[in-house]
Amino acid sequence: MPFIHKHLLGTQFLSPSEITTVLDTAESMLEISTREVKKVPTLRGKTIINLFFEPSTRTRSSFEMAAKRLSADIINFSKETSSMVKKESLKDTVLNLEAMNTDALIVRHSSSGALHFISTFCKSHIINAGDGTHEHPTQALLDAFTIRQEKKNIEGLRILIVGDILHSRVARSNIFLLKKLGAEVILVGPPSFIPKEFKKFGVDIDFNLDRAIKEADVVMMLRIQLERQQKNLFPSIREYRNLYSLTRKRFRLAKKNAIIMHPGPINRGVEISADLADSAKSLILKQVENGIAVRMAVLYLLLGGKEREITD
Amino acid sequence: MEEKIKARVMDSRKIKRAIQRMTTEIIERNRTLSNLVIIGIRTRGIYLGKRISKLIKELENTDIPVGVLDITLYRDDFSELEAQHMVKKTEINFSVGDKDILLVDDVLFTGRTIRAAMDSLIDLGRPNSIQLLVLIDRGHRELPIRADYVGKVLPTSKREIVHVQLKEIDKSDEVLITEPAETK
Repeated sequence: MPFIHKHLLGTQFLSPSEITTVLDTAESMLEISTREVKKVPTLRGKTIINLFFEPSTRTRSSFEMAAKRLSADIINFSKETSSMVKKESLKDTVLNLEAMNTDALIVRHSSSGALHFISTFCKSHIINAGDGTHEHPTQALLDAFTIRQEKKNIEGLRILIVGDILHSRVARSNIFLLKKLGAEVILVGPPSFIPKEFKKFGVDIDFNLDRAIKEADVVMMLRIQLERQQKNLFPSIREYRNLYSLTRKRFRLAKKNAIIMHPGPINRGVEISADLADSAKSLILKQVENGIAVRMAVLYLLLGGKEREITD
Repeated sequence: MEEKIKARVMDSRKIKRAIQRMTTEIIERNRTLSNLVIIGIRTRGIYLGKRISKLIKELENTDIPVGVLDITLYRDDFSELEAQHMVKKTEINFSVGDKDILLVDDVLFTGRTIRAAMDSLIDLGRPNSIQLLVLIDRGHRELPIRADYVGKVLPTSKREIVHVQLKEIDKSDEVLITEPAETK
């Protein structure tokens, strides 16, 4: 099944077979990173801009490496050193960069929907690298890729997403994607982090981690966004840790071959204990490695081939 | 698109004989068979390569590894392709450095696939030599490329399509020439 989209704005817009196409393509891309010459000429002559209005370590360097391994030219833009400091607007910034004949813009922005806004006036392909609390589609795709690698099949798995669901774009993208692939998704965390509205996505909600973790195949921990905690959504880090931190003792309640995931950056000793994060059960660094192959697949599927008339 | 079969140019017996003859030529030409590796170009080149490897084992008792090459990422016609091409895996579990490579494909046509395959191989290391084997050479080259071993030279018109079918993935072993049916 071909993947025919102009942009990648979110996993909610992808069909199950399109998701499978991305994952299968990533499977083929994985080998390139193990070669001595880690490069193929596929996107030679294409220009991509990494447009990050929010800080990032993994996503930005992962996209940059993915583009370079496909021989595209990529430049990095960061807000702090740009004319946005001189109050240039988002629209003008994007239009000016696009005037340099770019083929794709990879964008991260703190406002949900900023990507949709950009896609309304941009001619380039737009790839969402995280917008506000909305979506982070490549993270969910690489999570699914990693789960598939370990468990062969995603359908029927019991997958826990634990933590600050409310503020997490990773959680949203994962919920859409994992449900489309037939997994059972359980959201776990304090009630202030999990609005009831999430039920309409077809997920289960449990406020008790010790109960929910039983029979789990995958435990996906989210970062506690300490920078947002002035809103007092939970009483204290210590209380959060007591109830929701993934420790060895808690993890023993899950299935024997259960795996641990985390999109990073991790707060060691807060949402996950340090020894567990470094244990063999943790796929955190595998996720990072797979991220490059998945992003190569996304770039290839969007930028390879003839320009098609697509509206989405 | 409807296709009309114009001719059946090879059957399983003829394909078998062609492979046997080419294998003998390979053995004759490569004194140090131990340095030879086979790389099959997806999809049908893989099965031809495996058959040749098996024959060499029978005749000379030498194991020749067979690798799989997918050239999608090295194509030169990306911007012209209408449909998306699925990228499949390249599986070469041995080093190609200093090896004598036998590159295997089913049909040699414009030569562009072979150009892409050679670029890809050279990115994987520096082979000692590359030889090319094809079951069918149908002419119409657009690049200065020729095969070292040819199963059958088949003069065709550009409109015609050559289908190599191998029983590993198709119903039977045969080579067909077809033509797109008139659209009127």
